[in-house]
Amino acid sequence: MRDVAVVGFAQRQMQDYDGSPQCAELLVPLFAECYEQTGWTREDIGFWCSGSSDYLAGRSFSFVSAIDAIGVLPPVNESHVEMDAAWALYEAWLKIQTGEVDTALVFGFGKSSAGVLRRTLALQLDPYTLTPLWPDTVSIAALQARLGIDAGLWDETAMAEVVNRSLTDAEKNEYAVRAGGSSVADLLAKEMFADPLRKHDAAPVTDGAAAIVLAAGDRAREVRERPAWITALAHFSDGLQLGTRDLTRSESAQRAAAAVGGTAGIEIAELHAPFSHQELILRSALGLPDDVRVNPSGGALAGNPMFTGGAIRIGEAARRIWDGTADRALGHATSGPALQQNLVCVMEGRN
Amino acid sequence: MSRTLSAPVTVSFDYTRSVGPVLGRFLTGIRDGRLVGARLSDGRVVCPPPEFDPVTHAATDDFVDLPDTGTVTSWTWVSEPVAGQPFDRPFAFALITPDGADAPLLHAVDVRGPEQMRTGMRVRARWAAERTGVITDLVFEPADGEEPAPQPPSEGVGAALTGIVTPVSLDYTYAASPEESAFFRGLAEGRILGQRCPKCTKVYVPPRPACPTDGVPTVEEVELSDTGTVTTFCIVNVPFLGQRITPPYVSAYILLDGADIALQHLILDIPAEEVRMGMRVRAVWKPREEWGTTIENISHFAPTGEPDADYDSYKNHL
Repeated sequence: MRDVAVVGFAQRQMQDYDGSPQCAELLVPLFAECYEQTGWTREDIGFWCSGSSDYLAGRSFSFVSAIDAIGVLPPVNESHVEMDAAWALYEAWLKIQTGEVDTALVFGFGKSSAGVLRRTLALQLDPYTLTPLWPDTVSIAALQARLGIDAGLWDETAMAEVVNRSLTDAEKNEYAVRAGGSSVADLLAKEMFADPLRKHDAAPVTDGAAAIVLAAGDRAREVRERPAWITALAHFSDGLQLGTRDLTRSESAQRAAAAVGGTAGIEIAELHAPFSHQELILRSALGLPDDVRVNPSGGALAGNPMFTGGAIRIGEAARRIWDGTADRALGHATSGPALQQNLVCVMEGRN
Repeated sequence: MSRTLSAPVTVSFDYTRSVGPVLGRFLTGIRDGRLVGARLSDGRVVCPPPEFDPVTHAATDDFVDLPDTGTVTSWTWVSEPVAGQPFDRPFAFALITPDGADAPLLHAVDVRGPEQMRTGMRVRARWAAERTGVITDLVFEPADGEEPAPQPPSEGVGAALTGIVTPVSLDYTYAASPEESAFFRGLAEGRILGQRCPKCTKVYVPPRPACPTDGVPTVEEVELSDTGTVTTFCIVNVPFLGQRITPPYVSAYILLDGADIALQHLILDIPAEEVRMGMRVRAVWKPREEWGTTIENISHFAPTGEPDADYDSYKNHL
């Protein structure tokens, strides 16, 4: 296996992006930041891979328009996934492993506010037996939350503790679209939105984009003193049928954790949990010890731009390796309804 | 003022889906007013039946007819329903395990408030009088303490279903990019605005957020002439939904004087067979009182009568 590291990261998050859904004008400054961090130009990038969805944009081939932001003369080596950019990062990591390229720039973008996000996401469900009912994502997460409450695995107080810690941490995150801790009592006093979920239990609808630069071996060392070396990367998916899954746990996250060799020694974990109770499911599925610092960025409850909410977790974890806060960090991404698909990326700081 | 122009857009499509032997069995059951599940390799009975066994991946074939009563294993209260959901007023979504099944299905329960919902409550299907074999042919309602209503006949009332239609419709507020917005605002004043790339100096119309060649923002605004040259064209002979002009007519790429990228528009006021590459044309604007922030302010392009442009003048813009 080749040594591959995260060496660049740029992001934007906002509540209502006053721009087009293909976000090219949002990506240009992000790429510029990546060039600045690496000292590279676009000619140094061996492979480009993006994550986005036309269902979110409300137009066809939105990812092709986004490529304008790269500039494609001479032509570039490029690919796209209809998933969070964390999976684009997986493809780019594989591409580097093949030896075909040494560097890659991964990006994602999405203007969630263009439509009704929780409704649009019903299109990721089984189209025969579920989508015609338009089960929105918040309702599905609420069904999952109550299953765990009824089973005694967590309670509303534990969920509120996750929210309070996240929104308190988010005060230090300049990109957070929701921030400000209060108290568990204050949070529990708020009214229900999708019983047993209150609005703060769900990630805010967020527009945004992000870019991550990967590099192999010496290309990584030329950029940073302390690259965030990817020591293990794995992703798994649970089945399509919600009814046959045990929604109180995440088998695919558990398998991903096993595939990366467990989570011992992890100091910081950035978990992509768009709903408060999902962080509790993930902590248990990933086997994270209690002393692991979870989501110092505030996590997805502070901002969850579709198609980069997961990639941003990897970028945030990498950032804390670059600055020496952690020697070993984990970035997690999820996609699909009720934590159906899960990706785990373990990174280590050394020269 | 917002820096962008936006407009409502609805994207909709009626998907015609073949259902295959497993979902076909389930949906034929729905049409006939009964729930059909299947026994999986681990012994569990699941409804709706998965097409393939999640463990062995074998095709599902051990079908089980189930009563249309069941137990709620989880629920939520949809306080703000979205379009297309089973009710347009607040209602419950629930996971419901049908009697005789070992796994839940997701469906709506018709109650007046969340206080009427609880885990473990008994529910039964309420079937639509007219059923076509779609999951929306039923909802659930409380069945506390009452005898289940007699089930509709479970014998098939017609041939097995082979396909269903599932309409999808999504509403968006679609925003033009800031650069496109400037273009449309210009049109409202009768001006055609492009932008020049600072690197390759090409002029794009409509302007784009970034030069697709160089990946840098195209910041310098350039006002273009409404005359230009036809670089290529096609004669539209095929009628299609929403067509506004009777075929045959010409759709062409027009390189406006001063631009480097051609604009697509109609060529009228000339027989279709006389349109040619290199032909000089001018925009024909609609009356000013009909103008808006739209390319439709230009009705079409028409010949200027000038001599044709030399091929060399547009050969790099094809």
